[in-house]
Amino acid sequence: MKIIALLEIYFLLAVLLSAKEETSLNKLTEVLIEIQSKGVGNTEAVEKWESVSKLSSSAVPKLLAAMNQANDLGDNWIRSAVSEILDRDKTGFPEKEILAFLKNDRNAGSSRKFAFEIIQDEKPVFAQSLSPSFIDDREPSLRRLAIENLLISARASNQPKRAKALYQKVLAKGREVDQIKEASDELEKVGEIIDIQSLMGFLPEWHTIGPFDNTGRKGFDTHFPPEEKIDFDATYQGKTGKVKWSDFSTTDPFGLLDVNAQYGEIKEVLAYAHTIFKSDSDRPSQLRIGSKNAWKLWLNGKLLFARDEYHRGKTRVDQFIVSGQLIEGENEILVKVCQNEQTQSWTKQWEFCLRITDLTGTALHPDPGLSFLPQEEKFFYYQRLSE
Amino acid sequence: MNIFLIILSVAILPVSLFGNWLSFRGDAGNGLVNQSLSPHIGLKSQSAWKIGLPGRGLSSPIIVQGHVFLTASSGPKQKTLHVLAFETKTGKKSWERKFKATGRTICHEKTCVAAPTMVSDGKVVIAQFSSNDIFCLDLQGNLKWLRGLTYDYPNAANGLGMSSSPVIANGVLIAQVENDAESFTTGLKLSDGTTIWKKDRPRGANWTSPSVFGNKNEQRVVLQSKDGIALIDPESGEDRWTFKEGASTIPSSTVSGDTILVPSNGLTALQARADGKSHTQLWQDNKLGPGTASPTISGNKFYVINKANVLTCGKVDSGEIIWRMRLKGPMSGSPITTSHHLFVFNEDGLGQFVRLGEKDGEEVASIELGETILCTPAVSEGSLYVRSDASLWKLSD
Repeated sequence: MKIIALLEIYFLLAVLLSAKEETSLNKLTEVLIEIQSKGVGNTEAVEKWESVSKLSSSAVPKLLAAMNQANDLGDNWIRSAVSEILDRDKTGFPEKEILAFLKNDRNAGSSRKFAFEIIQDEKPVFAQSLSPSFIDDREPSLRRLAIENLLISARASNQPKRAKALYQKVLAKGREVDQIKEASDELEKVGEIIDIQSLMGFLPEWHTIGPFDNTGRKGFDTHFPPEEKIDFDATYQGKTGKVKWSDFSTTDPFGLLDVNAQYGEIKEVLAYAHTIFKSDSDRPSQLRIGSKNAWKLWLNGKLLFARDEYHRGKTRVDQFIVSGQLIEGENEILVKVCQNEQTQSWTKQWEFCLRITDLTGTALHPDPGLSFLPQEEKFFYYQRLSE
Repeated sequence: MNIFLIILSVAILPVSLFGNWLSFRGDAGNGLVNQSLSPHIGLKSQSAWKIGLPGRGLSSPIIVQGHVFLTASSGPKQKTLHVLAFETKTGKKSWERKFKATGRTICHEKTCVAAPTMVSDGKVVIAQFSSNDIFCLDLQGNLKWLRGLTYDYPNAANGLGMSSSPVIANGVLIAQVENDAESFTTGLKLSDGTTIWKKDRPRGANWTSPSVFGNKNEQRVVLQSKDGIALIDPESGEDRWTFKEGASTIPSSTVSGDTILVPSNGLTALQARADGKSHTQLWQDNKLGPGTASPTISGNKFYVINKANVLTCGKVDSGEIIWRMRLKGPMSGSPITTSHHLFVFNEDGLGQFVRLGEKDGEEVASIELGETILCTPAVSEGSLYVRSDASLWKLSD
């Protein structure tokens, strides 16, 4: 009887402790989910943080689930909580639950990547074995791991046909420019020309107008007429005379629009570039712009972002990723790209490149006639075009 | 030695006794080593070690209570931010925390996201990254608080990368986030990271770090920018006085007692007046402009390495040049100095240890580490700590 009574007390205590931990965990996650920018929520988080030291590793799956609801700052608080718990409590690593969280693509991509990193820290060989399964993952950082595996195999292969097939698969499945470029370069070496511009969805066809005055960099904040209204028949006063809209396009593989090529290498000027992007549906998207010049970007008349910085590094693909809501049908995209007064040789560029992707980094193509094709079929379509 | 220097030395003595090295260029942020350090250090000693580091990093190590702390950044876009702690005695990793960057991580290939050096008050360590993420942890690696200053202000970024190291003054963390677009410096509460003040700063890329000026009871912070110098009150961010003749945006100012050596028009010495609200310009010499490395001091002398890798020794109070010698460059890391020697590493990983004589300088020892070194070394209990992207060394005699 005594043993049974002791067991009952033990289980009761365990239940009470578990309930207490649950309450403590819930209060903590509530606070971390509410963390906002500019330090809002920091004081409350600091107050509740002590409870992390009392949580066991069984709390990790719930913390991961909370990460789904947190912003990037709350995400980092939760990362630290998980690390502290797993450093302290080595008794029951919840591998099964973390793996299930990773495999459930309804969870946020960033949270799933963190789940993968936890497994990687604990069981690196097992984590590596998971990488190929991410080949179609919606989370770009996980998909990247699978693509890296393909590239490693292709680099190591001494069978040209196999290497070629692997590089082709990288182009079909890859989403990130460095991986796509490596595969494209290797395929070019064996005589295959890839239309990277189309594959990655760069926008090559524009209407441009300029040069307008940017003396003293003041043009960046000046509202020239194209910011008020797009009228392709209009003529305006530019920096050196009347200016009007004209067609301008690029054949650069990465969609680089060299504005100098149209207006000459002039300084303290700015231009506008306008294009139409046809979307087959209302959808959230990412407008991915690269420019070493100061720029502003509008989607359907709404200013999405403005960056007033000149020649700090080179123009890069996907340099700035800006969220924008596409509407079904025609979407107006307007870019203002500015050149400053610097005269050094590394400041002569006046350029930008732009592409649009979905939230997973998959290119959206401006031609809705192709939008039904999955990326791998698009790859072969563009390959045929280039032939 | 004037009374100010004596007060300053006494103020930092207890910390140095524990072998701490609390911030970029040491406890006083001027490269001065208040501990003994032999120039005959290397990897042959039993207490020396070399360990591997993840990803990339050019932040300098700091040392607090027997642990080396430093940062790294990894991943294809350097979006994983590492804060690491190692035992000074063995090099064994005590803990590592990984975060994700919430700000921009694109930067010039030479630098990286883990460029700013950590800072500590002896109780907590604070890591700032080029992405303007800031993490405050206790010495055991438990998070105290975090901020994402580019998350807060999305245009606070530099396309080439940021590198200002934060400082702690009068219990306030000062983070300099100065760039072309949204340029500011902010004072954060050490207890929870909330903002005490935020002030607009000159727009322009700025890789310099603030310096702490004054004694333990009344500290001020030197902010340097292309416009010059602002001496601010750390609790309010308000200017006490300014110097508006412009300054470099790469090498930082160096405090020597009541004098600030500013990389401006070569090198300019500003002496703070007793009223705390103004300054006197002691001297200015356009032949003394530093290259990338910041000046350092030892006794009443200053040491500057110029773009041609010439090391110049001069007098702090007059600017008089005493001697010059050529080192092997190029240099990105700053030198540190004891009473008798100067220690500096060039980008090729060559450590050059120079005897600081009254009439000349002489390289008395060197060490070849064989990896790119861009950081400024740290010192603790007779050993020197220096890092590359991939390695952290403890060099002992």
